[in-house]
Amino acid sequence: MIPATFDYVRPASVDDAARALADAGEDAKVLAGGQSLMPLLRMRLAYPDALIDLDRLDGLREIRDDGGSVVIGAMATHHQVIGDPLVREHLPLIARATATVADPAVRHRGTFCGSLAHADPAGDLPAVALALDAVLLARSVRGEREIPAAEFFVDWMTSALEPDELLVGVRVPKLGAGWGVHYEKFHRTAQAWAIVGVACAVRRSGDTVEDARVALTNMGPAPVRASGVEEAVRGRGASREAFQAAAGHAAEGTEPPTDLHGSAEYRAHLASVLTARALSAAAGI
Amino acid sequence: MTATAEGPAKEMGSPRKRSEDARLITGRTKWTDNMAPAGTLYVAFLRSPHAHARITGVDVGQAKSRPGVVAAFSGADFADEQGALPCAWVVTEDMKHPHHPPMAVDEVRYVGEPVACVVARDRYAAFDALEDIDVDYEPLPAVVDMEAAVADGADLVHEGLGTNTSYTWVFENGDLDAAMRDAPVVLERRYVQQRLIPTAMEPRSVLCVPEGDEFTLYSATQIPHILRLMLATVTGIGEHRIRVVAPDVGGGFGSKLQVYGEEVLALLLARRLGRPVKWTESRSEGNMTVHHGRDQIQRLTLAAERDGRIRGLKVELLADMGAYLMLVTPGIPLLGAFMFNGIYKMDAYSFTCSGVFTTKTPTDAYRGAGRPEATFAIERLMDELAAELDMDPIEVRRRNWIAHEEFPYDTIAGLTYDSGNYEAATDKALELFEYDKLRAEQADRRERHDPVQLGIGVSTFTEMCGLAPSRVLGSLSYGAGGWEHASVRMLPSGKVEVVTGSSAHGQGHETAWAQITADRLGVPFEDVKVLHGDTAVSHKGMDTYGSRSLAVGGVALYSACDKVVDKARKVAAHLLEASEQDLEFENGRFSVRGVQQEGRTLQEVALAAFAAHDLPDGIEPSLDSDATYDPGNFSFPHGTHLCATEVDTETGMVRIRKYVAVDDVGKVVNPLIVEGQVHGGLAQGIAQALYEEAVYDADGNLTTTTMADYLIPSAADLPSFTTDRTETPATSNPMGVKGVGEAGTIASTPAVVNAVVDALRPFGVDDVEMPCTPERVWRALRSESQPDTAEPGAGGGLGTAGGAQ
Repeated sequence: MIPATFDYVRPASVDDAARALADAGEDAKVLAGGQSLMPLLRMRLAYPDALIDLDRLDGLREIRDDGGSVVIGAMATHHQVIGDPLVREHLPLIARATATVADPAVRHRGTFCGSLAHADPAGDLPAVALALDAVLLARSVRGEREIPAAEFFVDWMTSALEPDELLVGVRVPKLGAGWGVHYEKFHRTAQAWAIVGVACAVRRSGDTVEDARVALTNMGPAPVRASGVEEAVRGRGASREAFQAAAGHAAEGTEPPTDLHGSAEYRAHLASVLTARALSAAAGI
Repeated sequence: MTATAEGPAKEMGSPRKRSEDARLITGRTKWTDNMAPAGTLYVAFLRSPHAHARITGVDVGQAKSRPGVVAAFSGADFADEQGALPCAWVVTEDMKHPHHPPMAVDEVRYVGEPVACVVARDRYAAFDALEDIDVDYEPLPAVVDMEAAVADGADLVHEGLGTNTSYTWVFENGDLDAAMRDAPVVLERRYVQQRLIPTAMEPRSVLCVPEGDEFTLYSATQIPHILRLMLATVTGIGEHRIRVVAPDVGGGFGSKLQVYGEEVLALLLARRLGRPVKWTESRSEGNMTVHHGRDQIQRLTLAAERDGRIRGLKVELLADMGAYLMLVTPGIPLLGAFMFNGIYKMDAYSFTCSGVFTTKTPTDAYRGAGRPEATFAIERLMDELAAELDMDPIEVRRRNWIAHEEFPYDTIAGLTYDSGNYEAATDKALELFEYDKLRAEQADRRERHDPVQLGIGVSTFTEMCGLAPSRVLGSLSYGAGGWEHASVRMLPSGKVEVVTGSSAHGQGHETAWAQITADRLGVPFEDVKVLHGDTAVSHKGMDTYGSRSLAVGGVALYSACDKVVDKARKVAAHLLEASEQDLEFENGRFSVRGVQQEGRTLQEVALAAFAAHDLPDGIEPSLDSDATYDPGNFSFPHGTHLCATEVDTETGMVRIRKYVAVDDVGKVVNPLIVEGQVHGGLAQGIAQALYEEAVYDADGNLTTTTMADYLIPSAADLPSFTTDRTETPATSNPMGVKGVGEAGTIASTPAVVNAVVDALRPFGVDDVEMPCTPERVWRALRSESQPDTAEPGAGGGLGTAGGAQ
């Protein structure tokens, strides 16, 4: 299909971008890698009046060490994230989950932050950001704002960003020593969205689980933290049986969709099977 | 060409890389959409959002006044000149054949049917203007379920026909009642061949350029010759005033074996506006409007002895025609009528097929066309019979198949299989597959209650291809013959132009045809140019489908080459002052037997014929030759495919662990091309088993309009295939070739589903409906059927958004 007409702005600085976004009004869209937005435009499912293209903002391509955290700039591509030494060392869950996104062509254009801003609950990375307690960095002519991931994903394809706010980066706390991670993605073809995904991190001390983070992809209108599971494994033994029992809580409080690839009932079942597997893989058993 | 002591290497049989690939892969070539003559206008179609509705008004006035718009038309504006889209296969005398206008006038009968169009200076303006067209619809009931459609009192797709049944076609041979009576084993099964969307890499595209009262129509089509004739018939424009060009075409799989409304309208718009007009579909537009494939409900009854020998088979089909009959729509399921018996001997066979109208996109040929459906049924039944008898599925097949010494064999379905060696292909496949080892692993996993179970699926298939003997097509009331034409032109410089009526759309004709020519004429491969796909260049042809190119068109070329050599022999004899009988022709050179040093190359003879200074009396100054080949029989490739699947019983996920394909396609011109065809065919056949399904909701909306919802596997989703061949030459043509374009697709679907069911059999499962999605497998394990999940909901990203439209 062919997109409808829109204004196109390619600002040279973050300030200009924020200004352009403010000037463009309610129906502007920010363009980073375009891997989700362009198809929506081409199919005329989105009709923005203006596109603010961040392509010239090279400063936003940076991934940098921020002491206890790593900051991923808004224009860092998936490909860049996967190979980045800081990400690989401190946030291997991001590297692994990102490697499952779509295909090489998409990973070379698409951006980590773009996936978060798109807020598609079927996307892999929102659940990862949620599991890692990421903080999203918003910028507007009104100033800067930090939004915790737990408050960022509001509804289906809806984030907490105001219309004039630009996502300039995300700050992700380093996991530190002793954590094992795993992203369990269940999809029918390599390029398909996850029917259900489980982002998981487990910190073990000997045979005991000290801490765990579990978040689910595509189990509702927004990514969800499986707190019931986290509580059920914390301080308990690290065994397959224990994980299977705890994973029984995975679908609690979720509102999984029914679509062509799976019913809500099936997704609820998958959430528990996949969570058990993710916990075992992350715990290395 | 590499030379050896024995002379130049044979081209035929050499795995030469395809000479056309560089330009095709880089796209630096003439795809239809790449062409834009000066002044080209762009067309966009407004399509019906209703599965079934009466059109009570179309207002294109607003659209016409938009910037950049040149014209806008409703179907009514073309009612007097657009005619009806053709159906060339009237399968029974009383077949119901509804009128099918290229652009709907009074009523729409599927979502996506064209209702109006805009012609504008650019594509964007044309699309924007669609939103300003006002159409008033009066909705009518959608007809989406075939079994409901044939029930009494069903809502009708075509009110005037009084029924949703287009035809009922019957074939019977042997005494089925006797075969069924007191049969020790009777299996009854109902299998569903889901609807598929042929997905060619290049979408459809058409460009029509008017020149006075003549027209050149470029189209991404498989059938330039048939299209030309049909455009002339539909529009009344003289056939000699229409030139059709199929430039490079990026795949078709049958979907471009069609005469589409958009092609007719491009011609009519170019005539009305006097300007070149172009239309290229988008992928989601294509999913709705390219003809679909498969879509059958099969009721099967198989009677057998306790030792596994088949007594008889009864087949009752409902075949979904969609809303209209297109070029060969009604005949597609009937191609399967001759194949439900597979490679097996039996005493009685009965086949009944009813073509059913629904308010969905019309169906027509899709890779395999009738044969995959039939092969699936019989190969699934053979595994079911084996399970019923607690017998190995290979053994039950051995007890029934035609032994190699029994060829030629007249089958119960009325065909004569000329050749085959099912034992050889099966033995080779079993060895490559390590069948016994995998059976042992399967037993071990069953024993251990491993959550991941192993299944082994068998498919010992045959197919009929090389479409087709003209007299057979005539007996089936098909509207044309099945011959193919080739010309060989010897240029004065000794280079060769080959013209073929079989136009490639990705198969590699340019390479294979040059290989045949190089060998037959003894000229270098590089000296051969293959011309095709333009009715002004290749004036005669029956085009490309049904694995016919090599087995029919290749044989025509082979024969045309021989005629060149025969003509050249006369001239060479004259030049060498020898008698024709004393001449040998080897490696492109004529010489007098026993006097090797004196001779004339074919190129020298071609130059002499061109100069014509010294030709024997009665010889025309040309070596150019034509041949038209009409096959005496179909060809029958066969093979044994074995598939091992790992089925995760906790999630229902199926993973193909190993796939072995041993195919017998007869003599091979280019093994690399054969390999490629098998790989692609396997991917498409596996896709039917596991991934692809066109889904309509209860209102008749197609919910799989994007590739996010209509899943096509990529290399990442498929195993590394083990392929091999046995070579039993066809005896029905001088080259011994059979055809390979559809074999992989036909063989693989039942192999995969058999493997899935085999894995689940200890759990009491004897079928999983295709595609075997994880949820379907999971529910089969819980003895539940799939709930109706055609409603897309939140969470599918773009796919959901697309499907919800």
